[in-house]
Amino acid sequence: MSTGVIGRPDEQLEVILPEMKKMKTENSEMQEADLRVTIAGVELANPVMTASGTFGSGMEYSEFVDLNRLGAVVTKGVADVPWEGNATPRVAEVYGGMLNAIGLQNPGIDTFLKRDLPFLKKFDTKVIVNVCGHTEEEYLRVVEKLRDQPVDMLEINISCPNVKEGGIAFGLVPRGVENITKKIKAAAAQPVIMKLSPNVTDIAEIARAAEAGGADALSLINTLTGMKIDVQRRTFVLANKTGGMSGPAIHPVAVRMVWQCAQAVSIPLIGMGGIRSTEDALEFMLAGASAVAVGTANFIQPDITAEIVDGMRSYVQEQGLANIREIIGTVH
Amino acid sequence: MKYRKKQQAAVISQKELVSGIYDLQLSVPDIAAQARAGQFVSLYCADKSRLLPRPVSLAGIGREEGTIRLIYRVSGAGTEEFSRLQPGDTLELLGPLGNGFPVETITGSREETGTRVFLIGGGIGIPPLLETAKALKDSVGVTGCTDGTGRIQITAVLGYRDSSTFLSREFNTVCDHVLIASEDGSIGTKGTVLDALREAGEISERPGRKNTVWFACGPTPMLRALKTCAEENGISCWLSLEERMACGVGACLACVCRTADTDEHSQVKNRRICKDGPVFRAEEIEL
Ligand SMILES: Cc1cc2nc3c(=O)[nH]c(=O)nc-3n(C[C@H](O)[C@H](O)[C@H](O)COP(=O)(O)OP(=O)(O)OC[C@H]3O[C@@H](n4cnc5c(N)ncnc54)[C@H](O)[C@@H]3O)c2cc1C
Ligand SMILES: Cc1cc2nc3c(=O)[nH]c(=O)nc-3n(C[C@H](O)[C@H](O)[C@H](O)COP(=O)(O)O)c2cc1C
Ligand code: FES
Repeated sequence: MSTGVIGRPDEQLEVILPEMKKMKTENSEMQEADLRVTIAGVELANPVMTASGTFGSGMEYSEFVDLNRLGAVVTKGVADVPWEGNATPRVAEVYGGMLNAIGLQNPGIDTFLKRDLPFLKKFDTKVIVNVCGHTEEEYLRVVEKLRDQPVDMLEINISCPNVKEGGIAFGLVPRGVENITKKIKAAAAQPVIMKLSPNVTDIAEIARAAEAGGADALSLINTLTGMKIDVQRRTFVLANKTGGMSGPAIHPVAVRMVWQCAQAVSIPLIGMGGIRSTEDALEFMLAGASAVAVGTANFIQPDITAEIVDGMRSYVQEQGLANIREIIGTVH
Repeated sequence: MKYRKKQQAAVISQKELVSGIYDLQLSVPDIAAQARAGQFVSLYCADKSRLLPRPVSLAGIGREEGTIRLIYRVSGAGTEEFSRLQPGDTLELLGPLGNGFPVETITGSREETGTRVFLIGGGIGIPPLLETAKALKDSVGVTGCTDGTGRIQITAVLGYRDSSTFLSREFNTVCDHVLIASEDGSIGTKGTVLDALREAGEISERPGRKNTVWFACGPTPMLRALKTCAEENGISCWLSLEERMACGVGACLACVCRTADTDEHSQVKNRRICKDGPVFRAEEIEL
């Protein structure tokens, strides 16, 4: 376990006497509730992040939500060169969710560093750069370029279902996950979060492989591969035929996977998949996540992340908690 | 800093114009105050199993009244839900979104009289052109440059399936001319808007119509044909495009169109319809 990690609550929680706990509670009702969490030594003001690909690099949504209020902004996947992405239609709605096959369109690391990162640095929030590539070398080139940049953490997408070998080649087998994790850890200056695919037989096995490779934390879940067919036109709705499913409908699957990984590894977890309310986010934390990321719900309500931060604050107060960290992984 | 927010609109009225096409008036002052012709709003379904907002163009903007007007065709579950809205009901929406038609660029940059603006709409692409016609007219005061009184002349070219036309009478009150085409020939020119333009002598072998501007909205095959035609005839042409959307604000990259050159924002040959569009210069995009 790397230094300063708060992940497995049983290891980090201070032992608090009941009287002290009561004092703290009365205190916290007067003050702001303590929502701070630490992942791989990086302290976030609160556990709420944006999920990669649903929030660009924050610029567009900064008109709708105060980025200073977020624990972290996780950027759209960035590659070593600009990527065109897939043909349209790139999205389809499904019951309680959506499919996307954007194909990791991105402007490339150079434009990201010149334009997007300086924009994000104007805010008082942590910046996590999501990295994508087709090959090991492509990932490493991005990671290298980020070495001396003011970036708090890297999230490595080894699980995009929409790009041929868009990382999925590394992300689906334990050996591949361990290898790529090792190489990225060796090259990276910042803590490394590996983002896992749910499209595997045993997510816990993959999580253990990433941990063995030296990952500082894990993000899960990425989208579940799906398909939608237009019965009138008798063809696929998405140009890419298949797409990644996200949104409320995948939430129980994601909670289950986070819980399974929490039992399997001791590095911190970032839970995501279908969050659209405070309660949805808290489920992930109770299942073992130290932080959460909100994706598709941004499309439904642009300021949902800030609302969830407020919701967590109320929860801490209502439940009489000293801080939000107390609940992490308490359902097991 | 004031952040933009999802709005609650109150339904003022709704009526079915022709079978399956609805005319919805909403009270939503924040949006009405900022909106421009050619922009759109994202409508949210009450049934939360339908997550994604439905983009619908502004067919009318009542700045003083704080109202907007939407005209849409029922084409699926979401629009079917909207068609059941009654006065007094509320509807969640986000907007205004997108760029809109460059009304001021047209009316502002051409001091001399004689600009002929054609508003070319096919089917459910017609409604946003009505507000565009009004905006053009408001922007110059008087229209009808042929008789020397106004600075621009506005012609609507409206393509319908059959004789169940909608809005054509309203176009008559704001435009100098209205040309109509119907696929089955039951009204106006038989065929498409292109046939109507051809019949009016607007598509010819005389290139270099510097004083002619086309604003168009409608199905992709129509836009594609107009783009080719405008290029051949040296006409300045703007097209309003459509694509499946998720965020509607430029963040998710769902709604891109192909561009002729590398785009400054994306660094590849595509642009976001929701944020950089929906209105683009014809030569800038590929269809
Ligand atoms: C910028 C823009 C402006 C538009 N303006 C109008 C307008 O003024 N009047 C009008 O009748 N229609 C307009 N449309 C089309 C309108 O958005 C669709 O008809 C509507 O989303 C269909 O929703 P549904 O639930 O009824 O259909 P469903 O087929 O059930 O919808 C399923 C999903 O597909 C999306 N979708 C389906 N058809 C389209 C489409 N043609 N374009 C984009 N997304 C689609 C829906 O938004 C939804 O996410 C516009 C589209 C765009 C992109
Ligand atoms: C439109 C869209 C684009 C996405 N792009 C990325 C991406 O570039 N990199 C990545 O790691 N995950 C990407 N994801 C996955 C999300 O980050 C998240 O893992 C997933 O959507 C589940 O969360 P949600 O249900 O809250 O959306 C994308 C998801 C969506 C909907
Ligand atoms: S719909 Fe998300 S970028 Fe246009």
